[in-house]
Amino acid sequence: MTRPKPILHRALRCALIGVAVFALAGAGDPATRFNELGHQLMCICGCNQILLECNHVGCPDSDGMRNELMTAVSRGDSDSLVSQAFVQKYGPTVLAAPTGTGFDRTAWIMPFVALILGFGLVIFVVRAWKNRPAPAIADGLRPIRGAELEQFRDQAGKETDL
Amino acid sequence: MAQIGSFALLLALALSIYSFAAGLFALASPGPGSERVGETARRAGVAVFGAVVLAAIALVVSAFRDDFSIAYIFHHSNRDLPGPYKFATLWSGQEGSILFWALLLSGYGFILRLRYKTDPRLFAYASVVLAGVQIFFLALVNFAANPFGLLEGPLRADGSGLNPLLQYPEMVIHPPMLYLGYVGTTVPFAFALGALIMKYPGDKWIHITRRWTMVTWGLLTCGIFLGAHWAYSVLGWGGYWGWDPVENASLMPWLFGTAFLHSVMMQEKRGMLKVWNMWLVFGSFWLAIWGTFLTRSGIIASVHAFAQSSIGTWFAYFLAIIFAVFIFFYIKNHEHLRSEHKLESLISRESSFLFNNLLFVLLCFTVAWGTWFPKISELVQGNKVTVGAPFYNRVAIPVALLLLILTAVGPLLAWRKTSLESLKRNFMWPTVGAVVVAIILMLTPPSWGGPFGLRPWTDISYFYSLMALSLAALVTLTIASEFYRGGKVISGHTGQGMFASMVQLTHRNTRRYGGYIVHFGAVVAIVGFAGSAFNQDKEASNGLAYGDKMTIGNYELVCRSYTQDDAPNVASEWAIMDIYQNGRKVDTLTPQRLFYKASQQASTKPSIRSNFQEDLYLVYEGQNEKGQPIIKAHLNPLVIWIWIGVWIILVGTGLALVPNAPAPVRVTSARLVEHAVPAVTGD
Repeated sequence: MTRPKPILHRALRCALIGVAVFALAGAGDPATRFNELGHQLMCICGCNQILLECNHVGCPDSDGMRNELMTAVSRGDSDSLVSQAFVQKYGPTVLAAPTGTGFDRTAWIMPFVALILGFGLVIFVVRAWKNRPAPAIADGLRPIRGAELEQFRDQAGKETDL
Repeated sequence: MAQIGSFALLLALALSIYSFAAGLFALASPGPGSERVGETARRAGVAVFGAVVLAAIALVVSAFRDDFSIAYIFHHSNRDLPGPYKFATLWSGQEGSILFWALLLSGYGFILRLRYKTDPRLFAYASVVLAGVQIFFLALVNFAANPFGLLEGPLRADGSGLNPLLQYPEMVIHPPMLYLGYVGTTVPFAFALGALIMKYPGDKWIHITRRWTMVTWGLLTCGIFLGAHWAYSVLGWGGYWGWDPVENASLMPWLFGTAFLHSVMMQEKRGMLKVWNMWLVFGSFWLAIWGTFLTRSGIIASVHAFAQSSIGTWFAYFLAIIFAVFIFFYIKNHEHLRSEHKLESLISRESSFLFNNLLFVLLCFTVAWGTWFPKISELVQGNKVTVGAPFYNRVAIPVALLLLILTAVGPLLAWRKTSLESLKRNFMWPTVGAVVVAIILMLTPPSWGGPFGLRPWTDISYFYSLMALSLAALVTLTIASEFYRGGKVISGHTGQGMFASMVQLTHRNTRRYGGYIVHFGAVVAIVGFAGSAFNQDKEASNGLAYGDKMTIGNYELVCRSYTQDDAPNVASEWAIMDIYQNGRKVDTLTPQRLFYKASQQASTKPSIRSNFQEDLYLVYEGQNEKGQPIIKAHLNPLVIWIWIGVWIILVGTGLALVPNAPAPVRVTSARLVEHAVPAVTGD
């Protein structure tokens, strides 16, 4: 005789399905895809604006590009196919950001490499400072440490805190 | 006027050279004779300001007199240009803007040289460094970018006019604020290099430098946000920041300056990070010049850039020279920049400043990397790529969120060491508050609009918005708790009300509490930025006839009318749109399209209805074949909070510059008894 599955497992599966429904809802909707793809392309008129943000006052290109995008999305072309078609027609600068392939990948990687190196450097500096010998103190004086220092900290905390 | 202006510029250059050479001589050979020479150097530096002012006046007068014999006036002005824009001709073109830079630099030098008694020797060094920078800009404006060059050929009846995008009130204020910020970075650099050269004993130089940096940082902040507001109000794409290279060029020195304003506290309180601060001050100045190089060299394409010219080469050499000079003196004299204390704990304010600085510098690197990557890609793989908003949003936003966490945590950490008990006590309720805000945002119905009804799992931008808004609540609550705790202590001692106590608290330590207000302003602006994830837009691409409607969000837009207008300087087409919400008319907006006759250029003038919840932003995009307007409507939640946040930042900056109130005198009980007078005297 099989044991009935715990309620918790059932609830978890429902939650996962619910999350998937929310996450995928609208993903295939043409208007949503048009909007997403349109924000990944640049208008080539020289305004240096995202295609769907170009206010095309006197712009000779954005209307045509938007129509091309709408046609491709309505035809059911995949995102990569749409991007490739635009790159082939208008050049790589039509994409609003570097791709994740080849040398373009370095554009994305370098900031995170810098972050990791920076964190490492800060940790190194912190450790070096912590291990630095204490500065020399004049004769007759002694540094306050340990429990005595904690007493003074508590006193200061009481005098300045709630 | 051209001759007066040219003569004034030559005179200014000669005075700068004398100020530099004589100042250098006086510092190198101390003695009574050299003191007199040094005083003449200082006075020559003061006189530079007078000469450059004369040149600037000559250029402005030429604009108002429509003197089109001067090429610069011909290319940037015309007879029908309104007065404020004729005045703004001073900075609207390449040559004029260099003159404007020289003017502001000489103005800063004027103030610095008048205040020399604060520390005569340090100010003498700073004056020499400043004179060196002045020589560069005055040489540039005299020999490579002279605004008084005459127009070749016959005298023209009228000028080409000003770029239509620049004919907006903020043209009169945005460039001056920005330039005051850029140019202002020279002064802290002059003090820092001077202190490095003379191996300045003590920390007075860092106090002087910090105050100058706060002023220039405030001006640069104002300039950057004025530019964003201008872009939003004029360009008609509904946004305020396009990550254009020239915009990025303003952000980089700002990021370094912000890092310095934090790390300088470690040097002042604990005698640490001296080397780092020296490099941050240098970096802010160097990046300001580098940004100017980007703008003017044409090496990076930008819609903001001036026309390409040879002055890019001048800037490249100048950048190399100032780097070489700084490196030379750093290598020679860095030994005296040793830290005075050691770090005692990772959970301390010192550590939080280190991580804070790391993130600011990383953001600066990210912006610089994204700005230069198209050029790097062209050099490496032979083709350019675009690095636009999707790149910066994906890379910079996570770093900005980490900074927001530090903004909440850092001020509540103690110097040297913070106990976990203290951390729990200080952060528990603010953290609870932040979680409550996040839950509210997710549980409320989306029909409320804006960030309500957030579903962070559906899109990364929604997740970032949720994080930004929750962390904004965390920072706000920690700041509020700081004011509340301190106010309560003072209230307990003095018997005053809470508000009066908080005011007194702030006045006793304006730098600290002014800084908290700046943080609060930044958080308010971030709330505004977070709203961009929920922007909507809709276009009536077929045109709107009389009475036609379109809807966006809770608004119904009805085209009441459309018409045209014709003025001497500009022709316009505009639509009159009645705005309804829940069946009730709430406003009338008039988006326009303008055509500037002198320059033969078109632009839009969006019409914006702004409230605390959202902006309704209408753009007149053109006409259909029947002459009916094509209107694009944007619904941009929370934008107004960006501008409110900037005002709060500026108020906080001003407050932080106010001197502290003197500490109250405490009378002990023993002294009270000693001076007691009997209440009653007997017969």
